[in-house]
Amino acid sequence: MMELLKDTSIDFIGFRKKAFIFSAFLVALGLFAFIMILFGKANLSVDFTGGTNLQIRFKDHVDIGALRKAIVDGGISDVQIQEISGTNDFFIKTKLSDTSKENIQDKISAILSGQIKDKKFEILGSSMVGAGVGKTLKQYAIIAACLAFIGIIIYIAWRFTFISGIAACIATFHDVVAILGVFYILDKELNLLIITALLTIAGYSLQDTVVVFDRIRENMSKMKSKSDFGDTINRSINEVLSRTIVTGISTLIALGALMIFGGEVLFDFSFALVVGLVVGTYSSIFVASPLIFIWRQKARAKTL
Amino acid sequence: MLKSIKLRATLILVFLVISVIYCLPNVIEPQGAWKRYLPSDKIHLGLDLKGGMHLLLELDTVKLLQNMVDRKFNAFKDAMIRDGVRFLGLEKKEHALFVTIRAEQKEKLYNIAGKDFPDLKAGSTKVEGENLVIEFLLSEKELANIKDNAVNQALETIRNRIDQFGVSEPVIVKQGENQILVQLPGIKDPQRALELIGKTAQLEFKLVDEEGSARYTGGEVPEGDEVLSLKARNRETGITTTTPILLKKQTLLSGELLTDARVKIGGEFGNEPYVAIEFNSEGARIFDKMTAENVGKRIAIILDNTVYSAPVVRERISGGKASITGGFKMDEAKDLAIVLRAGALPAPVRVVQNITIGPTLGQDSITKGIRATILGGILVIIFMIVYYRFSGVIACFALILNLIYLLGAFSALKATMTLPGIAGIALTIGMGVDSNVLIFERIRDELRLGKTVRAAVDGGYTKAWVAIFDSHITTLITACVLFIFGTGPIKGFAVTLIIGMLINLFTAVFGSKTIFDWILTKYKPRKLSI
Repeated sequence: MMELLKDTSIDFIGFRKKAFIFSAFLVALGLFAFIMILFGKANLSVDFTGGTNLQIRFKDHVDIGALRKAIVDGGISDVQIQEISGTNDFFIKTKLSDTSKENIQDKISAILSGQIKDKKFEILGSSMVGAGVGKTLKQYAIIAACLAFIGIIIYIAWRFTFISGIAACIATFHDVVAILGVFYILDKELNLLIITALLTIAGYSLQDTVVVFDRIRENMSKMKSKSDFGDTINRSINEVLSRTIVTGISTLIALGALMIFGGEVLFDFSFALVVGLVVGTYSSIFVASPLIFIWRQKARAKTL
Repeated sequence: MLKSIKLRATLILVFLVISVIYCLPNVIEPQGAWKRYLPSDKIHLGLDLKGGMHLLLELDTVKLLQNMVDRKFNAFKDAMIRDGVRFLGLEKKEHALFVTIRAEQKEKLYNIAGKDFPDLKAGSTKVEGENLVIEFLLSEKELANIKDNAVNQALETIRNRIDQFGVSEPVIVKQGENQILVQLPGIKDPQRALELIGKTAQLEFKLVDEEGSARYTGGEVPEGDEVLSLKARNRETGITTTTPILLKKQTLLSGELLTDARVKIGGEFGNEPYVAIEFNSEGARIFDKMTAENVGKRIAIILDNTVYSAPVVRERISGGKASITGGFKMDEAKDLAIVLRAGALPAPVRVVQNITIGPTLGQDSITKGIRATILGGILVIIFMIVYYRFSGVIACFALILNLIYLLGAFSALKATMTLPGIAGIALTIGMGVDSNVLIFERIRDELRLGKTVRAAVDGGYTKAWVAIFDSHITTLITACVLFIFGTGPIKGFAVTLIIGMLINLFTAVFGSKTIFDWILTKYKPRKLSI
């Protein structure tokens, strides 16, 4: 039998204070990022802000500075350019969107052909989103998130306890918000694909939490009336720890492959998933479980 | 749980065969007689993988209602003149018309309104000295009706244009109140398609105001006239120039009465493409009258408020045939003929979203994505086998079974595979791996307690099942909510996840457990390689 971990008996609940401080920091960062996103101050894709995004491939090498200068000189001052390393591809993003009078893609094409004369280029892809579209998208996303949380709370409350439902949702929320914070700090673009990654993380984190809760539920029913609730939680987490590690490693292997070989589009996506995997595993052990512990302690203090 | 191994194995095999049959068209094209009995649908690839164009168009309803009120205004005026109602004033404001008449004419006016304009509702009446100002307005219901009809008409027209342009598997659907979603997979010339779809294609014939032109030098436009620009392309240099031209505002003839439009080559400049149009009998009659009355004058041919040409009428033209010249290139002439044939949009459309993925980019992401996924899968399989030995092999077998079911279900349900969809598959497989890890860790626990192999396997599965079930159901709940509220890519993700969770639950019960049971019954091993 190959084992990464022999019987462990780590006092996870004992770490709760340190863990809560760390999590509070993560959540604060995430909420700050969330507020910046609401105000449009973060690196948002045109899906949300409205605007035009072009992916352009030059035949020969073009200096990013020269490219920027060409576009700004051409009359588009609000422009973000990102070079895709190792290629002659660029992302060109602007908040301008098409009007009945002008088409932004045509305008940029014209500027490039005019300003950078001897370099041939090809537009690989483009997206133009009118300003109003992003708003409905945001609204729907928020409604969907709220409903999903309610559904999960009801289900977990039914299968476990109401407190477990709340704790699972807090942990999931914690993870999603933490990723937002990380993306904000690294100035990575939030687009629809990253939103999908956030949803995937939410799913993964929930799965992880439910697995831990399941073990706690099982051990609770075996628990002798005298034994400490904290010990039961600790024992449960220790028991599922090898599963957590093995699943974590196999997922990490798959995501690593996606991150390294999946190309530019999938890199940010798999990066988000990797961060989510780590945070999601952390939160089910250090956030969700201690939360039900604390809650129960308080409830007990009241009854005494 | 079913006890009979045979029954479970049969169930697994039946589903496997069905899935493989549905997957087949993705690998090989069915030939000959097979074609009739086998499904032939491949998995549909979304635009993000295949390349293509995604457009969200919004019908300009403000302009639409404005046009509607304008039309009512003219028709109302004509009707009053026809029936001899002496009106002192007629004005339009927003969605209402205001008629000023003497009190005794009131009956006659209401008669006209009731008979010819059932959609107009009489509103307030104001007394101004001896005169009455009567309001006729379009009701809210009528307005909603007009909008609705217009969106449907626009949808039909756009579908028509796209069909004639020739795009395979286009998606053209109404979205929300006044939006139309158009998806054109694999389109080669997106710019041209956009122009073709977005053109209002309002064809009009108007008289050039020669007298006015002589005096007009910019500034104040004479009463009843309008200034449009005349587009002309220099045949040698190919440079397009526009010059302002003064026209009488009244439309003599419009494109609604058109029956055909075709590209022809020839005309006064030899080998230039032009569009020959043909009117129906009513159009031909109007055309005949229009040319007869205006011999020697110039009539402008206007498309979407741009004058393409303004030829002098040399003689009366009957038969209802005309041609639109304007120094077109072949493609332009072809597209113009298409839009004229397909008809005009009821109002201009605005492009609110345009996502174009070049075929290279789509191909790039699909090859890289698939390569990375396969590599990741192989690495996970190696890890599982190294860690769990023979049981790991069984788990991998179950995962592959899972994947085949998933692809089969995708083909059978004609779902569209998108990049987020692939993410959904990855999550599903990840959860599948996790289910197996959960089970195996439980079996190990049981073995450590000194149970026999059979008891350990049974106990492991039973204990792990609760956690697997609960985690899958919570994910399923999330996926359902996303499916209902998500749009586009999010919906694609949700669909994969819903299918994936159900299949996972199935294979968790029937997949690896059946293989274990079979081996345990047949070989009765003392030790388990786990």
